Amino acid sequence: MKADVTIIGGGVIGTVIARELSRYNLNIILLEKEDDVAMGTSKGNLGIIHAGYNADFNTLKGQLNIKSNAMFDKLCQDLKVPFKRIGSLVIGFSEKDLKKLKELKENGEKNNLKNLEIVTGDKLFKLEPNLNHKAKYALYAPSAGIISPYKFTIALADNAVVNGVKVLLETEAIDLKCENSQVVSVLTNKGIINTRIVINAAGLYADEIAKIAGYNFRINPLKGEYQLFDKKWGSLVNHVLFPIPTKLSKGIVISPSVHGNLLIGPNCYPVKKKDDLATTDTGMDEIYTEAKKLISHLPDQDTVTSFSGLRATIEEREDFIIEASKKIKGFINVAGIKSPGLSAAPAIAEMVLSILKEVASKIFPKLELNYQDNFVETLNELPRLADYLNKIEEWQEIIEKDSDYGEIICRCENISKGEIIQAVQQPVPARSLDAIKRRTRAGMGRCQGGFCSPRVLRILSEELKIPFLKVTKKGLGSEILKTMTKDMVKKEDKI
Amino acid sequence: MKLKCDLAIIGGGPAGMAVALEAKKNGVENILLLERDKYLGGILPQCIHKGFGLQYFKEELTGPEYADKFISQIKQHKINIKTGTTALKITSGKQIIALNRDDGLLYVNAKAIVLAMGCRERTREAIAIAGSRPAGIFTAGTAQRYINIEGYIPGREVVILGSGDIGIIMARRMSLEGAKVKAVLETMPFSTGLICNKMQRLDDFNIPLKFNQTITNIEGKKRVEKITIARVDKNIKVIPGTEEEISCDTILLSVGLIPENELSTEVGIKLDRATGGPIVNENRETEIEGIFACGNVLHVHDLADFVTEEGEITGHAVSKYLKKERKHRPQSIKIIPGDNIAYVIPQHIEYIIPGRKKIKLFMRVKDPSETVRINFKDDKGKVLASYKKKTVTPGEMLNFYLPEILLTEQLKSITVSIK
Repeated sequence: MKADVTIIGGGVIGTVIARELSRYNLNIILLEKEDDVAMGTSKGNLGIIHAGYNADFNTLKGQLNIKSNAMFDKLCQDLKVPFKRIGSLVIGFSEKDLKKLKELKENGEKNNLKNLEIVTGDKLFKLEPNLNHKAKYALYAPSAGIISPYKFTIALADNAVVNGVKVLLETEAIDLKCENSQVVSVLTNKGIINTRIVINAAGLYADEIAKIAGYNFRINPLKGEYQLFDKKWGSLVNHVLFPIPTKLSKGIVISPSVHGNLLIGPNCYPVKKKDDLATTDTGMDEIYTEAKKLISHLPDQDTVTSFSGLRATIEEREDFIIEASKKIKGFINVAGIKSPGLSAAPAIAEMVLSILKEVASKIFPKLELNYQDNFVETLNELPRLADYLNKIEEWQEIIEKDSDYGEIICRCENISKGEIIQAVQQPVPARSLDAIKRRTRAGMGRCQGGFCSPRVLRILSEELKIPFLKVTKKGLGSEILKTMTKDMVKKEDKI
Repeated sequence: MKLKCDLAIIGGGPAGMAVALEAKKNGVENILLLERDKYLGGILPQCIHKGFGLQYFKEELTGPEYADKFISQIKQHKINIKTGTTALKITSGKQIIALNRDDGLLYVNAKAIVLAMGCRERTREAIAIAGSRPAGIFTAGTAQRYINIEGYIPGREVVILGSGDIGIIMARRMSLEGAKVKAVLETMPFSTGLICNKMQRLDDFNIPLKFNQTITNIEGKKRVEKITIARVDKNIKVIPGTEEEISCDTILLSVGLIPENELSTEVGIKLDRATGGPIVNENRETEIEGIFACGNVLHVHDLADFVTEEGEITGHAVSKYLKKERKHRPQSIKIIPGDNIAYVIPQHIEYIIPGRKKIKLFMRVKDPSETVRINFKDDKGKVLASYKKKTVTPGEMLNFYLPEILLTEQLKSITVSIK
């Protein structure tokens, strides 16, 4: 295979870059080792688009976050990704906390963030009626928002594919080959890709890719655990609520999710393995106890799910690394993208584009970038029953066109068969139960797939034309079923 | 499509079918039964083991056989059914908005609605088991569907958490299909299922049933590889130092059922915390007049036979409601769960129905006990009725008749307790 640009990693960073570069006449391949995009940190976070007062205004984090924040409205509208600008509050209980809030406000203002406000008393409790009554002050940032981070990533990938990017799933970058200090190819588990430029957006594994290119930074994963509550608790809070931040993290947050659930988390502690996504009893206790400090009557039941994510933290470095390699021509690092990575993603893509333009002019032979006038900026709106519940009569027309939209597969989230089939037919197709879940929410509700998973499995088997036994939860090795029953074997024998 | 009917029933399992048949027998003509699956029967078609019908038909049947008896009667009585139809919403004006492939949206205006949506299984998340999230973790009912409806076995080396009926039945079913069931764990010191099930189904297969134990951690990236189990104390808290590892590729969870009441709460029906189902009067009528509930949506039953019985009570009561053959009592009688009683259905008695001689009460105890008396006392502490029982366990639902003659006009409440 051949490409002008090979992007390693199908997280939000890899896909946002792929989409941005797909505006140009480039032959782009994106490699993802898992069976879907958004399988790493991009699915294990709160989905907050930060206002941008936290990070130092001198850092990439600070600058790119602020710049990106304003880009989300149009981007999400174009990509048909739900985004709600609900605002955030950092909650303070004491004079000492107030001092910290003022510092944050000042830092935000240095970053050119103008609408920050310290709220107290009635105004605070009007904004957040269920807040712990001992709270005294809050830094209110109306521009903070919430998004589904995996839906955002999937939409970016879909849009990139529409514009010609090849997304290769279950394809892992193993080695990098250079000649005359210039990138020539990437070796994957599925073969060699001859490429002129490599962008390292490998998330937690970015250090391992960078090592091949001569870098020696190290990524130490920091785990965060989260808990998601039933939709009946979604309106317990109106904003993203933060405690006073610490040096290590922004603390344990309570927030509505963009789909109307209630989310709490994350804690923060180092783990050894980059695939250690286990949740722990102590972790759950910790986030619950901390979140309860902000909202005293946090539900003690109705957990829909819990999960964890790992922050790609570079040892002894606070800021992102976004730069072209000085040693190897054609190699660009986009590493250490932890919080506010999601919030900064669109601006990171723009920054990478300008770096790439420079790199392209320096490699031999030169790569010329021309804007493609036929770039398709938007994705089509796909019909979702859940969006029609308040205007249900309009759904009739959709069923009349395709009766699959009249058959409910997931009763908890009201997902029709048409929506499941649609997910299999997208530019980056869903090929597993979890991939269907992330695209449609089938299995994401209170019964956690108990009802719909056998039905989704059947649809996947039919649509992908694969046997039942080959359908997986999340890629090869995670097959749902083991063997046929004795009766089925007999039936098959007769046929 | 717009439809009008006297009675609309949501759910075509044993409860919904019994309501339809009993209402029909009592003169309700225009009935519509909505079922989301492609066939009637609810969960019964996947319950291919025996043990159904002993109470109701006095013969032992499998789930599909038990369902068939009702399905054929539904057909015989020409009751309107719509399968593959999911109710999306109910309004307090008794309109149901439902959806299917052929009609598209259905707007059903009914004079009475019966909620018979059944229940769902509690999940791994509801009981918060730590660890990773690989393939191989199933609720017992979902595994049962994979095996008995789809024809596939979900695992080879299995640990089951929960000794409720479904857990025990699945232990046996998986063994019969050649899987190795390494253990059935139960957090309580006693089996939560019916006693007959446990004896028959585990001893024959040499499956260890471990009491006071639970799963504390799950490991495995793509597929379950091993789990940690541990002993728990009487508050179901893990006792440190008792952990041990078991390698397995599959976990089945039989950790309780939750009445499926999203439609009910949306329309404003209040739920009882103890049952998870609507608060009802003796007609199984919710606090919204003309909307009734029965079967597992009301409270979780342990026998389909009892579900059928409750459906019949409801179907009969609906006919009285539609024919206006009932009148309010001067004051409603509250039924209060007393010592060692977890809940009682109904929660209150509200009507006088001419010709009715007794009212059936369903209840569960909190803790197992032997040689007991179940006492029904009035608000002054006077014993109205008393029944003897050799053993009671939370796994076994109790039911008693309360003679109508005992219910004086002055009566405000009845407390049910175990002594």
